[in-house]
Amino acid sequence: MSTTLDSAVASAARTDAPPAILMDKVNKWYGAMHVLRDVSLSVAEGERVVVCGPSGSGKSTMIRCINRLEQHQEGRIIVDGMELTDDLRNLDAIRREVGMVFQSFNLFPHLTVLENCTLAPIWVRRMPKKDAEELAMEYLTRVKIPEQARKFPGQLSGGQQQRVAIARALCMKPKIMLFDEPTSALDPEMIKEVLDTMVMLADTGMTMICVTHEMGFARQVADRVVFMDRGEIVESGTPDQVFNDPKTDRLKTFLSQILRGH
Amino acid sequence: MAETLAESAAPRPAAVGPAEARRPPMSVVGPVAWARASLFSSWWSTAITLALAYLLVRWAMGLVDWAFINAIWSVPVNDQGIAQTQACRALEGRGACWAVITEKYRFILFGTYPYDQHWRPLLCILLFIGLYIVSAMRRFWRKELALVWVATLVLIGVLMWGGILGMPYVPQERWGGLAITLILATFGIAFAFPLAVLVALGRRSRMPAIKTLCIVYVELIRGVPLISLLFMASVMFPLFLPEGMNIDKLLRAQVAIILFAAAYLAEVIRGGLQALSRGQYEAADALGLSYWQKTGFIILPQALRLVIPPLVNTFIGLFKDTSLVLIIGIFDLLTAGKTAVVEPAWQGFGVEVYVFVGLIYFIFCFAMSRYSQGLEVELNRHRVR
Repeated sequence: MSTTLDSAVASAARTDAPPAILMDKVNKWYGAMHVLRDVSLSVAEGERVVVCGPSGSGKSTMIRCINRLEQHQEGRIIVDGMELTDDLRNLDAIRREVGMVFQSFNLFPHLTVLENCTLAPIWVRRMPKKDAEELAMEYLTRVKIPEQARKFPGQLSGGQQQRVAIARALCMKPKIMLFDEPTSALDPEMIKEVLDTMVMLADTGMTMICVTHEMGFARQVADRVVFMDRGEIVESGTPDQVFNDPKTDRLKTFLSQILRGH
Repeated sequence: MAETLAESAAPRPAAVGPAEARRPPMSVVGPVAWARASLFSSWWSTAITLALAYLLVRWAMGLVDWAFINAIWSVPVNDQGIAQTQACRALEGRGACWAVITEKYRFILFGTYPYDQHWRPLLCILLFIGLYIVSAMRRFWRKELALVWVATLVLIGVLMWGGILGMPYVPQERWGGLAITLILATFGIAFAFPLAVLVALGRRSRMPAIKTLCIVYVELIRGVPLISLLFMASVMFPLFLPEGMNIDKLLRAQVAIILFAAAYLAEVIRGGLQALSRGQYEAADALGLSYWQKTGFIILPQALRLVIPPLVNTFIGLFKDTSLVLIIGIFDLLTAGKTAVVEPAWQGFGVEVYVFVGLIYFIFCFAMSRYSQGLEVELNRHRVR
């Protein structure tokens, strides 16, 4: 536990700017099940954090607390200087600044790719339609599918859909991007195109938290890897520290399972 | 990949090239082949086919005889304006007496509305049909359409009541026929549908008061027959009103129909809301859309498309349920038809009148059904790959 807090404090201290995300002793229960136990995490602006751990360890729940798709019951979460409380104005402001990419894409099937991307900028950011469309085309070009703009999501492959989902989130010009197992629902040959897009995004200096099992991606872009098990952060450190020099048995077991799988 | 495929294919004859396109096996379906396979595959099947074909032809010939060949299309009318229906009676049911329709169609369509003013309900019926056609065309699906609806409905009210522009006033008690049916059905759907959307959303609300209210409403209304609601509206409701105050009977029936239909529609719509995955709600939340933006742009468009068939089912049911107002003495299309054959001269010719009235109901319901099928294909195009 102490390693967690130390590194959280250390990474916050590395840059003088206030952290983009600060979670302080966050606890959450589903009924009697304790799914987040004293989770403390500080993510600096521009930092790329990869969260890994066995299934059911609370990784997804943790990042879903950041934009309040799940509500935490104890502790504090401060995003971009605003605390997540029951105050709906704060929540709206935070959701505007935090983009999210889901495992199952969650594109809106009845809207075209372009409409998926422009809906929130037009209605939440109050952007003129023409500007929103230009912006959407810009991001669709960046994720390399501008030619699909007029199609419906159902007509695209899984990898293409996930890239649209990334572009859709980016169109809101978020300061922070959350990825909840973005490649887990994809066929193997499509994982790379999505990871490439995420690497490209990491190179732009976006603050990112990714829940993923893609160790290659973690090594390539992560500033820090956080290992969770049974609702708590067990270890965290640079990819090198975590993957090559695991301190706890739990992480060692997890890594051996992951590596055997690959 | 290509190499492994080639290797695994090696034992097969080399003549089959990898790129050779193979067609699916030819299916032999011509009318003759179909008939052979489905109707005459065995002597037993052949016997049944022939027997049924014989019955079908006999029945069809009988129908043609009754409806066209032996039918009487008009009868003379004597000096007192009473129809001479002896020719019809002489048929003894071997032919249809369509004369009852040619003689009585104005009464069936317009009820007891003053005879020389029949052009007014006729115009209303045409306005309604025009309104349906315009509303059915997607290129008119704009905000202005709501104004067209309001304007048309107001115009219909003015035409029916009159009392201005030189049109004599006609009290509601004298309205009748198809115009009443269309008024009840159109206002019924137009008000029940938005109400149902709100109730369906309310039933899924996190606010306990709203949720309970919606559940109680749906369960109460669904738990009683429409007839008892209409009775309550016409008989019991006025008892609660202060002396001398009287709300129009048609309006009370209309409100009962709206409340009744909305409860059913709300459950249909709730089914659509539940069919959507949670991911759709979460994605909309994560983008920062407000509740009404999420509901209006993401949730309802998908949920309503999913439930077009049961929605239209309920609309069609509502259209026909309007005929129940006959029990509280409102003169709708069916009641007018029934009343037309009460006259001594025409007693016994109910079949012809009911066929005629049924045909009118069928035209409206079938149009709704066909339109909804087209709409379903059109609106769900995004689900076709």
